[in-house]
Amino acid sequence: MVEITDVVCSLCGCVCDDIVVEVEDNKVTKVKKGACAVGKSKLMGHGRIEEPAIRENGSLKACSYDDAIKKAAEILAASRRPLLYGWSSTVCEADKVGVELAEEIGAVIDNTASVCHGPSVLAIQDVGLPSCTLGEVKNRADLIIYWGANPAAAHANHMKRYSYISKGYWTEEGKKNKKLVVVDVRRTATAKMADVFLQIEQGKDYLVLSALRALLYGYEDVVPEEVGGIPKKDLLETVKMMKESKFGIIFFGMGVTHTRGRHNTIVNAIEVTRAAHTHTKFSIMPMRGHYNVAGINQVCTWETGFPFAVDLTRGYAWYNPGEVSATDLLIRRECDTALIIASDPGAHFPGESIRHLAKIPVIQIDPFPNPTTEFADVVIPAAISGVEAEGNVYRMDNIPIRLRKLVDTEYIADEEIMKRILEEVRAIREKEGE
Amino acid sequence: MAEGELLIRNGVVYDPINGVKGEKKDICIRDGKVVESVTNPKVIDAEGRVVMPGGVDIHSHIAGGKVNAGRLFRPEDGRKGVKARTKVCRQESGYSVPNTFATGYRYARMGYTFVMEAAMPPLAARHTHEELVDIPILDNAALPLLDNNWMTMEYVKSGDTDLLAAYIAWMIKATKGYSVKVVNPGGTEAWAWAKNCDLNDEVPYFDVTPAEIVKNLAVANEKFEMPHSIHVHGNMLGHPGNYEVTTSTYDLVKGIKPYRDRPAMHATHTQFHSYGGTTWGNFESKAGAIADYINKNEHVSIDLGSIILGDTTTMTADGPMEYSLYQITGRKWTNHDVELETGTGITPFLYSGKSPVNTIQWAIGQELALLVKDPWKLALTTDHPNAGPFIGYPIIISMLMSKKRRDESAEDMHKVIFDRAEYCSIDREYDLNEIAIITRGMAAKTLGLHEHGKGHLGIGADGDVAIYDMSPEETDAGKIQKAFLNTKYTIKGGEVVVKDGEVVATPAGKTYFVTPECDEKLTDEMLVKLKDKFEHYYSVSFNNYPVQDAYVPNPYEIKAPWRS
Ligand code: SF4
Ligand SMILES: [Zn+2]
Repeated sequence: MVEITDVVCSLCGCVCDDIVVEVEDNKVTKVKKGACAVGKSKLMGHGRIEEPAIRENGSLKACSYDDAIKKAAEILAASRRPLLYGWSSTVCEADKVGVELAEEIGAVIDNTASVCHGPSVLAIQDVGLPSCTLGEVKNRADLIIYWGANPAAAHANHMKRYSYISKGYWTEEGKKNKKLVVVDVRRTATAKMADVFLQIEQGKDYLVLSALRALLYGYEDVVPEEVGGIPKKDLLETVKMMKESKFGIIFFGMGVTHTRGRHNTIVNAIEVTRAAHTHTKFSIMPMRGHYNVAGINQVCTWETGFPFAVDLTRGYAWYNPGEVSATDLLIRRECDTALIIASDPGAHFPGESIRHLAKIPVIQIDPFPNPTTEFADVVIPAAISGVEAEGNVYRMDNIPIRLRKLVDTEYIADEEIMKRILEEVRAIREKEGE
Repeated sequence: MAEGELLIRNGVVYDPINGVKGEKKDICIRDGKVVESVTNPKVIDAEGRVVMPGGVDIHSHIAGGKVNAGRLFRPEDGRKGVKARTKVCRQESGYSVPNTFATGYRYARMGYTFVMEAAMPPLAARHTHEELVDIPILDNAALPLLDNNWMTMEYVKSGDTDLLAAYIAWMIKATKGYSVKVVNPGGTEAWAWAKNCDLNDEVPYFDVTPAEIVKNLAVANEKFEMPHSIHVHGNMLGHPGNYEVTTSTYDLVKGIKPYRDRPAMHATHTQFHSYGGTTWGNFESKAGAIADYINKNEHVSIDLGSIILGDTTTMTADGPMEYSLYQITGRKWTNHDVELETGTGITPFLYSGKSPVNTIQWAIGQELALLVKDPWKLALTTDHPNAGPFIGYPIIISMLMSKKRRDESAEDMHKVIFDRAEYCSIDREYDLNEIAIITRGMAAKTLGLHEHGKGHLGIGADGDVAIYDMSPEETDAGKIQKAFLNTKYTIKGGEVVVKDGEVVATPAGKTYFVTPECDEKLTDEMLVKLKDKFEHYYSVSFNNYPVQDAYVPNPYEIKAPWRS
């Protein structure tokens, strides 16, 4: 038995990196400390895709890695409008090869931000993002606002490691001297802990943000007695807390990105942060879901200039979310092939786009089976990053952390799979004289 | 590094480190290095053309979290520079914030082969290295930010310069960095509370002043045989009347004995620190006062931070400065404070010749170059992309070489240029030898890289050569600018990487990093304190903090022993 410390969890955007595990017989046998329940379950391992497979006459037939990779390359090389999608639950090293493959075959490369924090990215492109690292929050924040986010369920260690419950330099008494405000349509587990819970009506985030902004800029007279289901006095109280705080932060989640108004709502939230910043230190941060969705945005940006929805058909990067984002391409039935890596559009895309996805050749690369596997034509199992493979990831605050390899495996890592596909594709194209 | 032999024949060579000032000369390269002679080489005919060592940029923001946040929030900039992939090159994008590939290609086309990334937040050092690896052709290094760090300030307060030295040594090693970078010392920590610091203000909660931070870091840095001095972006950048803060900052290292024949401080993007007046209304150039100081003293070197007119993306660890800039323009603004260490601010900016303030800034950048007598004391930079993108260097070069061009340009600027700057009264024109000094020789020497084969063409030097398509007698500013934008040939490690302005090969660059060697007992004592910081205040664990070797696949290590 060996104990491994400082293990990094490859599940959610918290990227906890102080986990201790025990490994015996090349298996993680115990998670001793640091991980939440879901993180633990990922580290311990569960049902995975056992073998590479190719679909024949409707059912998946096991094959060798070589055959699966060759088949994948043939499909991609023959495609006229390929889509390469996913990338947020793997390491940056694999993402880089993804961009290279997209250039090579003239593909659209898109990632899961497109269906989660895409609106946040658009908002940032509009007004920027006054933010900070999570350790800043831990050490300084005395006011924490979760808006449309329920970390108690979705980012179980977030409050403990970084925000409300954590202890830092100016916050050594933990939550005792902090205030927690939760804004949500439901009384979530997080809301139950809050000093102030603003239960807003569905779809009224924009209005409530506008009201807060007006109050922060001193225009109390324009705010009506109730906004989006929240009495003015509660808004006034919240604004008072904001102004009196020394360091405030808004964490916002999918409850905001997917509400009516989409990126305009996020712009408004950022404007509220700017308004608060005229009184005190204030920051804002999106609660990124997958452990490396921030990372694929980083890689895609430094390699192409743009964070998601990048069309490389013309040989240069064409960025236009809404036109070349994965769901739009699929709904228009434009792409004729899809490589899906480290993600599950089968479960998360709108029905219309899934229907097209099910019709075209789909290559799936993933350690784990999911609804996408149901219609994938080539399935390539990958080593589990963070357990069986190492590599770089970016936490939700864009801090890069290296995943550790804990056990050996026969399965090939995403980066290697991608490299071999790229090589095969190049060989095919060379033969065909491009 | 390319195997085999190369002969560059009959070029007019400017190699200032070796005292070669425009001599007709052959350059022989074998297996990537300059040698005395070759026997069976490939031959490049450089007859009548200007030949220089590969360019060395002392200060440019090309890789890391800041740069990428700039790219991410400016798709409108990304679109400006798009170029399709070729058989050799990856696709390009961006103007002021080019993607990694474009960064490598564009520098190489200008004849540059080494670039120093000027600001690496230690906690995000892995990010900087991930991008550096992705930049083709260029050799590189990065300067870790070590001034607003709590550890630094605590040791400054307690006066333990040996322990401070142990800390910076450990940090430079942990980040695979090159030297000590200072950015708005104390002010960036204050910015975490939305405040700022002037040179002699007390940093909130830390009971030290920025002046003490700078001085102690300089002392600590010189405890090792460091190739480079501390690299300083001082307090009050961009504020009217800041030139006195600037010279007071220079004064701090007077009397500190540097390890080798270089100053004890490199003061960067000096244009932003040479301002007179008390408001934007009576803003004026104090380039003369700064140049005077530099002319009379030996303990400071500078780089220009010269303005390129047009739109750009400003980015710095000086969070409060970026906030004030955003308040002036009302454009988008990103901020990213980094726990226990530093911060980041980013906002787009347009330098316009119609604006009196921008006009004076534009004049100052060039005045500094023209008024500092000894070109070995300054390097050409635009603090890319802060004062403008690096692809504007050829514009500055042509300005410095042509009084005529300067006069013509002044006509197009705001009329303040005639009364609140010395610009129009300066007749000096740079010659090619001086240009070679400020674009390669000085930077290589100040960074100590000349001892590692950079910035010159002596025997044993790297086979990095730029051949410009111009005669040494050329006086036409337009032709000079064009020649410096796209080389006839750029050769990197003996391999032709650019031919007729096109990139033809993209070898990987090396990452240079310094390993300061500190006494183990001192290090252990320091680590007790540092580990406590990780235990209680950092949000990553101590063992996950240092940059792993995997991030630097092409390393070049420079050891810096402790000076006894
Ligand atoms: S909070 Fe997220 S990163 Fe941390 S252990 Fe749980 S799943 Fe893993
Ligand atoms: Zn700079």
